[in-house]
Amino acid sequence: MAHIELKNIKKSFGLVDVIKGVDLEIFSGEFMVFVGPSGCGKSTLLRLMAGLEDITSGEMTFDGTLVNALAPSKRGIAMVFQSYALYPHMTVYENMAFGMELAKSSKEAIKERVEKAAELLQITPYLARLPKQLSGGQRQRVAIGRAIVRDPKVFLFDEPLSNLDAALRVATRLEIAKLHHQMNSSTMVYVTHDQVEAMTLADRICVLRDGLVEQVGTPLELYENPQSLFVAGFIGSPKMNFLNGEIASKFGANTIGVRSEHIEIADREGAWKGKVVHSESLGSDSYVYVDIGVGGDPVIVRQEGTHLHQPDAAISIAPIPGKVYRFDKAGKPVRN
Amino acid sequence: MTAEATAGTVVRTQPQIQSELMKSRVAAAMWFLVPMLVALAIVAGWPLLRTIYFSLTNTSLNNLYGGDFVGFKNYLSWTTLKSGRTVFSGLLVDPAWWNAVGNTLRFAVISVTLETVIGMIVALVLNAEFKGRGIVRAAILIPWAIPTIVSAKMWSWMLNDQFGIINDLFLNLGIISQKVAWTATADTAMTAVLIVDIWKTTPFMALLILAGLQMVPKDVYEAAKIDGVHPVKVFFKVTLPLVRPAVMVAVIFRLLDAMRIFDLIYVLTPNSKATKTMSVISRENLFDFDKFAYGSAQSTLLFLMIAVMTGLYIWLGKVRFDGGDR
Ligand SMILES: Nc1ncnc2c1ncn2[C@@H]1O[C@H](COP(=O)(O)OP(=O)(O)OP(=O)(O)O)[C@@H](O)[C@H]1O
Ligand SMILES: [Mg+2]
Repeated sequence: MAHIELKNIKKSFGLVDVIKGVDLEIFSGEFMVFVGPSGCGKSTLLRLMAGLEDITSGEMTFDGTLVNALAPSKRGIAMVFQSYALYPHMTVYENMAFGMELAKSSKEAIKERVEKAAELLQITPYLARLPKQLSGGQRQRVAIGRAIVRDPKVFLFDEPLSNLDAALRVATRLEIAKLHHQMNSSTMVYVTHDQVEAMTLADRICVLRDGLVEQVGTPLELYENPQSLFVAGFIGSPKMNFLNGEIASKFGANTIGVRSEHIEIADREGAWKGKVVHSESLGSDSYVYVDIGVGGDPVIVRQEGTHLHQPDAAISIAPIPGKVYRFDKAGKPVRN
Repeated sequence: MTAEATAGTVVRTQPQIQSELMKSRVAAAMWFLVPMLVALAIVAGWPLLRTIYFSLTNTSLNNLYGGDFVGFKNYLSWTTLKSGRTVFSGLLVDPAWWNAVGNTLRFAVISVTLETVIGMIVALVLNAEFKGRGIVRAAILIPWAIPTIVSAKMWSWMLNDQFGIINDLFLNLGIISQKVAWTATADTAMTAVLIVDIWKTTPFMALLILAGLQMVPKDVYEAAKIDGVHPVKVFFKVTLPLVRPAVMVAVIFRLLDAMRIFDLIYVLTPNSKATKTMSVISRENLFDFDKFAYGSAQSTLLFLMIAVMTGLYIWLGKVRFDGGDR
């Protein structure tokens, strides 16, 4: 259980400013997810919280105590690395027990905790194996198990699933969600650039861009109320359609954004006419790529069920009223 | 009928093609190995066989082809005197030889141990990140790059009892009260040899270990930091087990090298009983004392010792030369 507060946190590597003043509050027991494009500083921010990097300026507190200069092991954190970072020469059991052994816990206590964690993650059969004798998914679960054994106040995850294949990723994602429910007293901070992971796991999401917080909110808030063009484009899949120029000015905006699920194939007033570039069916949904003759990327329209459109067929599409996001020149929402 | 025959041919030729491919691969591999094998046979194999042969004869230096076969007489022979006493002679009962064996082993064990420990420390330092690391890494190799004869001569001047800088330095610092003949005194000769060898070879050791250190993934150290492992413990529990294969290979190389040490001692402390090693003594017999066959027997024994030691070491340490073991 820890309440984390970041006040104007900055981090530079030499002359390069990577984190440029982050203010953020993470409530105790919360599952916070950092998302953002590659290189925006997600890992760096997480490593600052872990104490693996020194904070250049600003204040970081855990439960009100300043931790800027506190060693990683004293912060009550556990970290799961993207690369697993298991000790290659130790068995799974030793890997998980190492931290407790150093803390001079009794043998029985260690055994009990390790076995409990192993059971939770279903890695009991592999306890005697070396990391190299495990698959990627099993290694990742060992890494998570090692974190659980530490019984931390804060879990830090840096893209823990990015080395796994799609099916395993979904399964492990569920396991992490389960873990969060079972250990609902621990705060979890999770870095990913997979926004499905972000949307499904997070209590709140923090969107980072170029070393600054772009927006913080629940997944639905971000989806429904993006506070900038960047967030609107970043959250949601497929990416939100953006249109400029004349079409946008009709809505009194510099840019409008419409999600593909908020566009209908309909020929009503204000509809956009164009032709089909391509269509793809995923079984439950179909996506139609439509060129409406204003340049830029084709507009993506989502239809439920299976639909096939011939390329070059004429089509007219229309946004659902009230579901059009309007942005001004600076990329901020237009209010009126 | 035709179709059947065709099908049959196909089935039969398939594995043939594969083995043909395999054959040509093996042949290509052989051709690449041939120059190496020929060179080794000429410069190592043949002299080795000649030496072993000479050791079983009574060849002398001025008549290399006129020796007679005498069996193991050079190694061990005995005569029974009239009084009934049996007198042994030969290499295996020669105190000068065993003195050399003792010197060699002492030199090898002490120098390799110290070089490993110091080399490890140097490697750890060089593995840390600091400004000018590249230059320091290159600079540290200089002692290794100087030819042994040159550095031995250099040190022999520095250690000289009359004009040496070491004596001058130690006198001025008050460490010694009178000039010491470092290389000529039996008590200090071995130490002098050891110091020079360690000075010269530690850089090589450090670089081999450094290569091993750089294979250790950085994230493991970060995991250790989060686990709260004390740095000393990190070294013994994480770093050392992970670089062990690299260190083992380095130690073997150095041990083999140390067992046949010759040039340094030949230049630095010639004729000192305290430092004469197997190589030095066998050269003496071969060329200075005109006991060519006897010297050959010593060389052969030295070869056997090194071969056995290497075999034992590899077997005991389960060394894998691909640097694996993880
Ligand atoms: N040790 C370092 N020295 C110098 N620059 C660094 C260092 N670590 C990170 N950076 C820089 O800081 C920026 C942010 O890096 P960071 O690893 O936090 O990105 P990220 O958001 O995690 O990206 P990704 O999604 O690709 O993992 C990058 O531009 C990177 O080049
Ligand atoms: Mg990252």
